[in-house]
Amino acid sequence: MGPLPDRPPPPEAPSAPAASPAAPDAAVGSAANEALPGDAPQRVLIWRRFRRNKLAVTGALVLCAFALVSVFSEFVAPSTPDAYNAARTYAPPQRIHFVDTSDGFDLGMYVYDYRVERDPETLANTYTVDESTKIPVGLFVRGEPYEMWGLFTADRHLIGSSHPEQDVYLLGADRNGRDMASRIAHGTRVSMSIGLAGVALSFVLGLVLGGLSGYLGGRVDNTIQRAIEFLMSIPTIPLWMGLSAAVPRDWNSVQTYLAITVILSLIGWTDLARVVRGRFLSLRQEDFVTAARLDGCGTGRIIGRHMLPSFTSHIIASLTLAVPFMILAETSLSFLGLGLQPPVVSWGVLLQEAQNIHSIANAPWLLLPGVAVTVAVLVLNFVGDGVRDAADPYR
Amino acid sequence: MRRYVIRRMLYMVPTLFAISLVAFLIIQLPPGNFLSAYIAELSAQGQGVDNAQVRALEERYGLNDPFLVQYWNWISGIVLSGDFGQSFQYHRDVADLMWDRIGLTLVLAVSTLLLSWAIAFPIGVYSAVRQYSVGDYVVTVVGFVGLATPNFMLALIFAWISYRYFGESVGGIVSREYADAAWNIGKVMDVVSNLWIPVLIIGTAGTAALIRVLRANLLDELRKPYVTTARAKGLPEWRVILKYPVRMSLSPFISTIGWILPTLVGGEVMVSIVLSLETTGPLLVEALRNQDMYLAGSFILVLGTLTVIGTLLSDLLLAWWDPRIRYQHVERV
Repeated sequence: MGPLPDRPPPPEAPSAPAASPAAPDAAVGSAANEALPGDAPQRVLIWRRFRRNKLAVTGALVLCAFALVSVFSEFVAPSTPDAYNAARTYAPPQRIHFVDTSDGFDLGMYVYDYRVERDPETLANTYTVDESTKIPVGLFVRGEPYEMWGLFTADRHLIGSSHPEQDVYLLGADRNGRDMASRIAHGTRVSMSIGLAGVALSFVLGLVLGGLSGYLGGRVDNTIQRAIEFLMSIPTIPLWMGLSAAVPRDWNSVQTYLAITVILSLIGWTDLARVVRGRFLSLRQEDFVTAARLDGCGTGRIIGRHMLPSFTSHIIASLTLAVPFMILAETSLSFLGLGLQPPVVSWGVLLQEAQNIHSIANAPWLLLPGVAVTVAVLVLNFVGDGVRDAADPYR
Repeated sequence: MRRYVIRRMLYMVPTLFAISLVAFLIIQLPPGNFLSAYIAELSAQGQGVDNAQVRALEERYGLNDPFLVQYWNWISGIVLSGDFGQSFQYHRDVADLMWDRIGLTLVLAVSTLLLSWAIAFPIGVYSAVRQYSVGDYVVTVVGFVGLATPNFMLALIFAWISYRYFGESVGGIVSREYADAAWNIGKVMDVVSNLWIPVLIIGTAGTAALIRVLRANLLDELRKPYVTTARAKGLPEWRVILKYPVRMSLSPFISTIGWILPTLVGGEVMVSIVLSLETTGPLLVEALRNQDMYLAGSFILVLGTLTVIGTLLSDLLLAWWDPRIRYQHVERV
């Protein structure tokens, strides 16, 4: 954070600093914002600027889709992540057809069945598309029963085979004949939530330590800064690997999950602490903070009521940008076999299956979880950048 | 400047000490040790384990000593006589195992650094000068995707493509026919021809980040009044851009030296496993999995030290390159 240009004095209402006087600068050159630039609260201004950024809005929509999938993964998945079928190992993805022209013109989703040949020596299945048999695909169909959020049992799936005995593999199957689409849907829940949980934890650490460091200054600041510099000078991945290797193998999946989250956020808080400290340092000098202090406000009130609101949006942006970092870290650790362990399904765990050249050569769809990682990281970056740009009153 | 250098180097001492402590702590964290894992493996195979033998081994490696004593034995051996201890798994000196691998890692690091500079510099300048042009958009999108894709994903995709379309499986930096050959021109050429692929894969994220930072910095600089002045004076456009704005925005290139090593070691681990390169990464992962404590600890220590040295170098270079940083530091000191 460089020194800010001369900031105009804060408006009368201290709860919305930087709103009115800074706004006209930001609104220059945009027809949409010329109406009521001074009256709109900061929130509204940010929202207007954010909405103009097409990339960020698209990103936010895709992110919502990811969120929905992770909340309702059991329902979205065509099957369950553990249901296997030995006759369908490495089954390739089936393409959904919408129009049936074999006898006239019918609308309706269906896929073609496979014709399976088993190599008698290697026992590997080879699949060819069998255009004579169709498997109907429907929405809200009955399928594998599952425990929704561990609360109640249900068997409705958003999409799936409406034939009672035939399965469909929209994104292919893995080496045990488990449905990749279902596994990716469940992996989305684990990977996205570990990113969020890790960020939440490092958020608390970063906010408290960075805030203390920036607000108190002096010896406290020096100590915390040395600690941060030290943590940053250790190569992250070996450190993570060392710590995750220390997670006992006999812990159950929930314990491992929590441990990995803690390990990720142990390093992740440093960046956020630096951002928060920088903001505190530059705000401490501001006239409106001095005014609040002279008015007799206590430290808590100055921080909570006067300083924090003026950089909440920056924190939100940094948080959004920190989530992809966590997701990539989890994926990498699990890929190495040091992070989450099967039967937990995360994108990294799924990619472990794609580690050797033979499985990729036979079943390139095993790389699909990696596509999910890339898309998720990409949209989180777009949204984070969008929020940051929208929140910056000087642009 | 000299005071700054000395002070900066003194800072390294406590950092290095702390890194060594953390490295040792990490390898001590897992419950059990290499010996217990080894014994478990032996008894799983149905072989009896002689208690006296176990005790002798524990005695020899000092496994029952308190933490600080073990740490002291380890670190004093390294500092005083360069002895990194023995690898349990390979029954060889850790130092031998490690130096074999670290050479290649450094070669990879330096070539990745040079390549990402070579790619990022022209592209970054171009996309800043021609902001919002088609080329800029293409670069931005490619850069974002490059940042978002995990390195090992790229390696996997690359492995798949080369298998699928060229019918060869990738792997190794040294081709088979040169595996045992002494170093000569042919072998060097062979290594260079195999090296560019991993270098490209490992460098993607770093290059993309560099392009983005260079573009943002240069855009800020180009808006400043002195650029208008230079242009008004009638300087040719390329001089207007290259003379000061580009110079001012080059600092991220220098700070890269500091972080290239840690990121590289991180990205490299996965890429090396996928492409089966003989660098530090795969060995480190294996050592961590098998609780081969001296090997793993020494790796973390050496890589941490290299990182600290890299940061030092980049800080000094930055201070030399950019007088603003130099004076700011002198004031503070």
